Amino acid sequence: MLFILERSTRIAMPLHSPWRSDFPALAAFASEGQTYLDSAATAQKPQAMIAALSDYYQGGAANVHRAQHLPGERATRAFERVREQLASWLNAASCEQIIFTRGSTEAVNLLAYGLEQEFQAGDEIVISALEHHANLLPWQQLAQRRGLKLVVLPLDASGDIDLTTAQQLIGPRCRLLAISQLSNVLGRWLPLTELLALAKSQGALTVVDGAQGAVHSQPDMQALGCDFYLFSSHKLYGPDGVGVLYGRTEALQRLRPWQFGGEMVQTCDYQQASFRPAPLGFEAGTPPIAAVLGLGASLGYLRSLDAIAVAAHEAALHRQLFSGLQARSGIQLLGTPEVALACFTVAGVHHSDLAQLLTEQGIAVRAGQHCAMPLLASLGVSGALRVSLGLYNDGQDLAQFFSALDQALELLQ
Amino acid sequence: MSLPQAAEQALAAFSAASGWEARARLLMQWGERLEPLTAGQCCEQNLVSGCESQVWLLAEQHQQHWQFRAASEARLLRGLLAVLLARVNGLSNAELAKVDLLDWFTQLGLARQLSPSRSNGLQAVLRRMQALTQ
Repeated sequence: MLFILERSTRIAMPLHSPWRSDFPALAAFASEGQTYLDSAATAQKPQAMIAALSDYYQGGAANVHRAQHLPGERATRAFERVREQLASWLNAASCEQIIFTRGSTEAVNLLAYGLEQEFQAGDEIVISALEHHANLLPWQQLAQRRGLKLVVLPLDASGDIDLTTAQQLIGPRCRLLAISQLSNVLGRWLPLTELLALAKSQGALTVVDGAQGAVHSQPDMQALGCDFYLFSSHKLYGPDGVGVLYGRTEALQRLRPWQFGGEMVQTCDYQQASFRPAPLGFEAGTPPIAAVLGLGASLGYLRSLDAIAVAAHEAALHRQLFSGLQARSGIQLLGTPEVALACFTVAGVHHSDLAQLLTEQGIAVRAGQHCAMPLLASLGVSGALRVSLGLYNDGQDLAQFFSALDQALELLQ
Repeated sequence: MSLPQAAEQALAAFSAASGWEARARLLMQWGERLEPLTAGQCCEQNLVSGCESQVWLLAEQHQQHWQFRAASEARLLRGLLAVLLARVNGLSNAELAKVDLLDWFTQLGLARQLSPSRSNGLQAVLRRMQALTQ
């Protein structure tokens, strides 16, 4: 009886995030009346990461992979430890499969240039209709350079990839499938198992864009079995300016260097050069050293948390967001989001008007086309509002959002 | 330089408005006053690029005085366009060049709408206006 009472009391309480105080920005936002619900664009940073950046600079910066001196050796060791940490987090077989880039976008560009020689005119690259511009434009431009066909997998009414059509479209000319793990607009997981199997059965390379997915479910490279997987640090509570590209060893051997200079070279004279294999051969120039160390700290922080509790908290927040939006008349959700975010439009209200009035009330959400213009066009909307969640958000944030939404709609409707 | 009559009205109305709700209501009222453009005028040529919502801007000169007309699909932006046009319509080239529009929006309590992070397109409208009048 007592147990039941306690339980019901807990349910009635607003959702609390035990990790909120680990993120100094949340207190800073609160003091200026801002409610941050835009973590799918970029996430706030834990104190552990901020300290790691500061410690690195305070303790002495040095370039990596170059110097014999002590600071250089220390920086190189710390830098390479993050590569090992990432390999372990991703369940990759070796840290040589982990390439640091400047972000997800650069990782996709690296692939689109580094794999260019794999394609003959008339070959096909398959993407989905919901891809972020970062996983569309590099392939679109490669297709234009090489005379390839860019095949787009359509969505069904609920916003999922239509697998029957996908089976027909992933044909014998398909050389590469590049697909998101989790949509930044629809908030739904893609059926990677089925899609990767279809691509592999045609002998195609497979690329998974984990920019959103990596944040909400720890990726497992051995279980996923894709050739390449990539994500950004800044959405994963890490610093901006760094991204991660994982490659299967055999797939990495097919990748050619695309940027030249710095320590990516093995031998070099004025007329000729040879280049290192992965990962260093794909890290031209001085890498974002501090940001990589910061990412290591964020990852260490995330791994110290109870992953089941984090997932349960995010799911509870998402349920509240979803049901709150559904309960309001005139609100049209884009698809049926499962996790992390929800995009919506309001009948008769322009998204930019609504965005402006939410801004007036200190609500930080994203409005517009979310770097997915073709998807929004195919859904028949000119723009939408997106509310996205981080592990530090709580029920109070959602209450603020809904109260601001109601006030704004009262004025606009 | 004295303000055009419509600008005097805007300044009086917005100065009296306290709080974001009152300003939003006023913007929507002012937006309703914009003379609608015809379907033909809402064409690619008059479309201001760089706006999150579609905005069309037309400029005509009558005896050295500028007359702008504008339309948008977003209501609050229509209001911003209306108070912008209230300030600039009827001015000569020389007068127009002297108008400090940031100062104008600041006087109305709407300066934040001009910040570069805003995707509402007001900045793009101002650039287009400059291009049309040069």
